[in-house]
Amino acid sequence: MTGDIAAGGPLPAAARQWLARRRQDAGLRPYVVYIAAALIFGLFAVILRDDGFLTASNLLNIGRQAAPIAVMAVGMTFALASAEIDLSVGSVTALSSLVAAEMVGDYGFAAGAAAALAVGAVIGLVNGVITVKVRIPSFLVTLGMLGIVSGIARNMNNLQSLPIRNDAFLAVFGAGSLGPVSSLLIWTVVVGLAGHLVLHQLRWGRHVLSVGADRSAAAALGINTARIRITALMTSAAAASFAGVLLAGRLAIGRHDLGENLLLTVIAAVVIGGTNLFGGRASVAGAVVGSVVMAMLNNGLILMGLRVADQLIARGVIIILAVALSMREQKEA
Amino acid sequence: MTSAATADRAALEVSGLSKSFKAVQALDDVAMDLRYGRVTALLGDNGAGKSTLVKCISGVYSPDSGVMRINGAERSVPSPEVARSLGIETVHQTLAVIDPLDVVENLFLNREHTRGGRIGAWLGVLDKKRMRSESREILGRLDIRIPSLRRSMSALSGGQRQAVAIGRAAAWGQQIVLLDEPAAALGVEQAARVLDLIRSLRDAGVAVLLITHNMDRVTEVCDRAVVLRQGRKIADVDVGSVTKDDLVAYITGARTGDLE
Repeated sequence: MTGDIAAGGPLPAAARQWLARRRQDAGLRPYVVYIAAALIFGLFAVILRDDGFLTASNLLNIGRQAAPIAVMAVGMTFALASAEIDLSVGSVTALSSLVAAEMVGDYGFAAGAAAALAVGAVIGLVNGVITVKVRIPSFLVTLGMLGIVSGIARNMNNLQSLPIRNDAFLAVFGAGSLGPVSSLLIWTVVVGLAGHLVLHQLRWGRHVLSVGADRSAAAALGINTARIRITALMTSAAAASFAGVLLAGRLAIGRHDLGENLLLTVIAAVVIGGTNLFGGRASVAGAVVGSVVMAMLNNGLILMGLRVADQLIARGVIIILAVALSMREQKEA
Repeated sequence: MTSAATADRAALEVSGLSKSFKAVQALDDVAMDLRYGRVTALLGDNGAGKSTLVKCISGVYSPDSGVMRINGAERSVPSPEVARSLGIETVHQTLAVIDPLDVVENLFLNREHTRGGRIGAWLGVLDKKRMRSESREILGRLDIRIPSLRRSMSALSGGQRQAVAIGRAAAWGQQIVLLDEPAAALGVEQAARVLDLIRSLRDAGVAVLLITHNMDRVTEVCDRAVVLRQGRKIADVDVGSVTKDDLVAYITGARTGDLE
């Protein structure tokens, strides 16, 4: 044993070490999203205090808006961590809401959710296999898949919504609550926690990060990079499907466009949360908080009375600014 | 010669190894062997085929033709994973360390210990405590000094990164360790440490292949020298029987044809 290897010393020394390590390894980058969340919350609390931003029902509303974004963001975190990207997630969310709505009537709430998740996993598998075996960048494969899945969703019920009348499904995945806590919030926490543990405590999570950081190095160490990239894309698509289940549960319908426009919001949430857009650095907790930031922005813009067209413009500008800011941080770190 | 004759058994024998990339013949009918307890230098100018040979042996490339024997048994090495399972560890020029992971994670990458019994093993639940303590032991045994095991690789110096890569190969390479320029870009003291590491591997009976451009290192630690030129083996000699100038002459092509 060498003397240079730092053992766990007394607390102040340990704390100093921790800080030094943070500075050296990643800077304060991982904490930017928390600061941003606090600042935006504070800003809206002041300028929108007469518009009901701080009311319990509005805060609850933000939470409900954030839930599907956060679930998708956790999945996207793994895709980005592996240096892939999944642009098909919004369409997968929409198709999954329809599949869940279709299945739940005949086979019960669990089958509805399971079928939706299976649809996502299969789409992710196809994305992954084409990306890896045909050697097409995943952004192109999943962009094509976005079109295909959107088309299928539109064909499925002729652009009509499918109502969901299964009370168990609506309670578990949408309007229900455990005591005072909304089931959407519970699912968000469950998915976030699971994602965090998978990323940090499971071999697969570390391998995803390794493949994203340096694919040829990971391959040289015997990691099956094809399997890792395929399963990472399956994870993002399955998470998008689960977001579709939650949207269907909240709105009591399946529809061809549910969550379809969330793609950019999700990517912004993940990147603001500290995940590198090009692989090798990932934070699940950051992605969840980033989703709350995006939901707050959305909510704030609506409360400010912006028209839909102006909301679109404002959101686009904010996303580009936020991502640009966090990418600059990442390059410096 | 440095170790007992009993150790002088072939760990790895390759023959007729050829590999081409489109029009370029990177390796042309190369034969060589690595012996237990011996250090073999692999020499040659840039582009002579040294790294290609190492990558064929370590399963990164699959050769177009040729036979590879490990402990006398014919084997194919279709992937790095197979190479590692056969006891062949490699330190590539690029080191193959993963920047965002910490030192322990790099040492154990794709060799992780899991906890939680069969379910834990199936899920891949990492036993971080055990890996940390074994890492301390591995690095301590090799006298590799790293300020903190929890430091991510990107925060380490070039020498420390190299030390971790070599430590990983030494820790897992039970039989054969291939080192592609392990001391390039190192300071004097760190380079000396690498040589010490190579000696301790040799003394433990490991068959070592060392790619280097530094003739001093060849004469210091190597027993044999194999020289490649334009993909062909042009010399395979006892280091004790030649001078540094001879080796340089082989490398530059001024002298050819000493195949024992």
